[in-house]
Amino acid sequence: MTVTTTGDLPGEVYDVAIIGAGVVGTAIARELARHRLRIALVEASDDVGNGTSKANTAILHTGFDATPGTLEARLVREGYQRLTAYAAETGIPLEPLGALLVAWDAEQLAALPSLAEKAVRNGYDETSILDADAVYAREPHLGPGALGALEVPGESIICPWTTTLAYATQAVRAGVALHLNCPAGAITTGEDHHEIATPRGVLRTRHLVNAAGLYSDEINRRLGHGEFTVTPRRGQLIVFDKFARGLVDHILLPVPTALGKGVLVAPTVYGNVMLGPTAEDLDDKTATGSSADGLASLREKGARIMPELLAEEVTAVYAGLRAATEHGDYQIHADPGRRYVAVGGIRSTGLTASMAIAAHVAELLTECGLDPGPEREIEPVRMPTIGEAFPRPYQRADLIAADPAYGTVVCHCERVTRGEIRDALTATVPPGSLEGLRRRTRALGGRCQGFFCGAAVRAQFDAATAAQDRTEARR
Amino acid sequence: MTPTDRTHRTVDVLVIGAGPAGLALAARLAAAGVDRVEVLDREPQAGGVPRHCHHTGFGLRDLRRVMSGPDYARHHIAAATRAGAVLRTSVTATGWAAPRTVDITGPTGLERITATAVVLATGARERPRSARLVPGTRPAGVLTTGQLQQAVHLHHQHVGRRAVIVGAERVGYSAVATLRRAGAEVAAMVTDQPRHQTHPARHLATRLRSGFPLVTDATVTELTGQGRLESVRLRHRDGRTAAVACDTVVFTGDWIPDHELARSAGIALDPGTRGPAADAEFRTGEPGVFAVGNLLHPVETADIAALDGRLAAGPVLRHLAGRPWTPGALPVRVEAPLLWVSPNRIAPDGPRPPRGRFTLRTTRFLTRPVLTVAQDGRTLHRGRLPRTVAPGRPFHLPADWIVGADAHGGPVRITVD
Ligand SMILES: Cc1cc2nc3c(=O)[nH]c(=O)nc-3n(C[C@H](O)[C@H](O)[C@H](O)COP(=O)(O)OP(=O)(O)OC[C@H]3O[C@@H](n4cnc5c(N)ncnc54)[C@H](O)[C@@H]3O)c2cc1C
Ligand SMILES: Cc1cc2nc3c(=O)[nH]c(=O)nc-3n(C[C@H](O)[C@H](O)[C@H](O)COP(=O)(O)OP(=O)(O)OC[C@H]3O[C@@H](n4cnc5c(N)ncnc54)[C@H](O)[C@@H]3O)c2cc1C
Repeated sequence: MTVTTTGDLPGEVYDVAIIGAGVVGTAIARELARHRLRIALVEASDDVGNGTSKANTAILHTGFDATPGTLEARLVREGYQRLTAYAAETGIPLEPLGALLVAWDAEQLAALPSLAEKAVRNGYDETSILDADAVYAREPHLGPGALGALEVPGESIICPWTTTLAYATQAVRAGVALHLNCPAGAITTGEDHHEIATPRGVLRTRHLVNAAGLYSDEINRRLGHGEFTVTPRRGQLIVFDKFARGLVDHILLPVPTALGKGVLVAPTVYGNVMLGPTAEDLDDKTATGSSADGLASLREKGARIMPELLAEEVTAVYAGLRAATEHGDYQIHADPGRRYVAVGGIRSTGLTASMAIAAHVAELLTECGLDPGPEREIEPVRMPTIGEAFPRPYQRADLIAADPAYGTVVCHCERVTRGEIRDALTATVPPGSLEGLRRRTRALGGRCQGFFCGAAVRAQFDAATAAQDRTEARR
Repeated sequence: MTPTDRTHRTVDVLVIGAGPAGLALAARLAAAGVDRVEVLDREPQAGGVPRHCHHTGFGLRDLRRVMSGPDYARHHIAAATRAGAVLRTSVTATGWAAPRTVDITGPTGLERITATAVVLATGARERPRSARLVPGTRPAGVLTTGQLQQAVHLHHQHVGRRAVIVGAERVGYSAVATLRRAGAEVAAMVTDQPRHQTHPARHLATRLRSGFPLVTDATVTELTGQGRLESVRLRHRDGRTAAVACDTVVFTGDWIPDHELARSAGIALDPGTRGPAADAEFRTGEPGVFAVGNLLHPVETADIAALDGRLAAGPVLRHLAGRPWTPGALPVRVEAPLLWVSPNRIAPDGPRPPRGRFTLRTTRFLTRPVLTVAQDGRTLHRGRLPRTVAPGRPFHLPADWIVGADAHGGPVRITVD
């Protein structure tokens, strides 16, 4: 098991190196780890899932509304099946709530049958059209004026952080070397292997996978390719207090327009309700801030969808950047001559499609001459329960009896215990920051945002980090 | 042991929250001879917020002397323990199994406690940056006063070098003191009001010691910085904008009660305070459930919370003695720019509120305002306040008019003109 955060990279030549440890890169690492290969996963930041993968709307899509015939449509559909099964096996929080595409005017209402047909062409035939009464029976707090809806029972909510972490944990336990704080720079491609410059030395690998998200176009150019250019499309979101959870029981989607999927209202697996995202094309790949205009427009749309929601307290505001390109489909390309696969343009469905993208990339690598050898069983993982659909540690007498640390609540709003924080800090892929700890445990992610527990959580984090530094110094 | 085993007990009074309000109440009840008074707190130490207010000024109204926050907390802990109340820490009330039956998690396991009276004394907190919808990036270095005080005074952690304080009511000035103690410079204090809202003497003393600029009539429009905070952007009411370089920002004031338990019991909240609606005897709408302290009036000083605790002992004792649960049913509401009134339920033939007066807050400065109390278009009281009232500071309204209210009429409304 290796996770490195500092120091020189090992001198060995890897069979495969993957650039980017987002949900896509970690899924690929996990998929390839099912074979006896020497694999490196390199990530520029200090944690896995620190890019787009940490800031999305966390919906596991059936793919009902994809453009039929595209690679995206196929991988989303397949990814949905695979991730649903994987979540059950690993304990990734997932709730199959179902979605309602709510029609607010006659034109939208008229569009519902064709959406149902499109779903069928995408292999999904469980939709049904509801009249206004049926919509309000399901969602009594919906704002006035809904005329009907398309019900998509398969749409689910999922924990994006646990998903990425589960892939990474399983990959690392199966032998993948995860190198954090390791941005890939210049790439020299030789007859036999690539040499990738990083601040931590040269990374050598026979095969290269580019899963660098927003930066996948730049890496792609370094390999001499120019199939696509990434234009970040920002999505801002508002997360409402857990008290809002009682207001909504489905994923409430707008009827899609030319401008994209539009603003939704959906519960989260942590028991909040979110409103968003916006869709703004930008040219700055670091512009993950929220804006006054963005928040105002969300509140305006939210007031129509569910007026009562706006009266609830806000727990968090965040923004993510989708890796949009000039194409309407994923940009997954193999260059067998260079033993290279680009996984770019994974737009707004990459969380859902991640496992299917990984399987697809594994096939492309074989076409690029990688001999994966026989498949092997890898150790299953079981992730901590941070979703609200199953009992959390603070609710479990058996856990607390075995270890009182699970009965000591540290983060009060999210009821995160000392034991869970300790476990996260000593896990296979430990957090590099308080932010990372929040994504693993929910500590600091609640309504008080640290008023009560901020200092205590930080104390536990600092103590664990200091202890780790001491062990490393002794080595 | 199955995953859900709980031990089940009964007590006479279960107090949730061992801050000044909960402790003062428990001390009174135990001293009055109530057998089993149990006080829970989810923190590892009892004492509530004063534990981390390392400055003087506590105890004036309830103890008639002045001491530091931690000393004040210790005083109330000792008094409650001495009187015979049971204090338990690191124990969290997580929800309700039935009316007056509370589920609890602690290191020794899961419990369920049924009490004849449950008293909610869970305090209040400051709204964080996100709840105030301040746009921008999400860098480190964004705090509330509560977090700042705990970081510096309880955990001796490093906070930044240069801080902006958002808010100029008294707690903002506490933040200045804490930052000074931590060796950080105050780059500016910003308020959207035309003036600060603390006592002029305190303002002057703090300014003399720390010499920071007070920026009035300005709002925070954006936080910038990747990783660590780099600046706070401001917009002045007249349209001017500025960016203040800093690595820390402290959002102070803007209170919200910790009403989770109250709300999850289905107890009606007051739209102004956002705490449980409660009458002059601290009774909520839920039989046997009382509320005291900052949960009712976010935020008053600690001694006021402790006085609540003391005053609530009478009504709790009467409830234990079997008095029927008939809380004042008539709501008292305020209209903007007033923010809240406490108590906010009355019984016209019932007792007067504590100290014979209502406590109110405003959202903006009002110069000698005229207050009108009316019900169904009928004026019950009208009078000019003798001085200017400031946001973030209490002002009072005499309660004599309640006898004139109609118990069966509509809500009583307090307005200003
Ligand atoms: C607002 C919003 C809502 C969305 N909603 C959904 C949804 O509901 N359902 C869904 O399925 N999908 C959704 N998505 C899409 C989904 O989040 C993305 O498709 C997915 O996270 C992409 O993952 P990734 O691994 O490709 O990219 P990333 O997570 O960005 O990972 C790329 C990684 O590469 C690293 N990197 C970049 N350059 C280098 C380098 N030179 N060297 C080393 N490392 C590098 C980055 O640091 C980053 O960690 C949404 C996206 C957004 C923005
Ligand atoms: C940052 C800050 C600075 C302040 N500075 C001053 C000052 O300088 N001078 C002054 O006079 N006043 C000050 N105040 C106000 C003063 O601290 C409060 O008025 C006083 O502490 C209120 O007492 P309380 O008992 O109502 O609540 P708190 O003191 O807040 O106590 C509430 C207690 O309830 C516990 N609790 C909450 N929920 C649960 C649960 N579910 N289970 C178990 N326990 C629970 C909490 O852990 C906490 O200990 C300040 C307040 C704050 C927030």
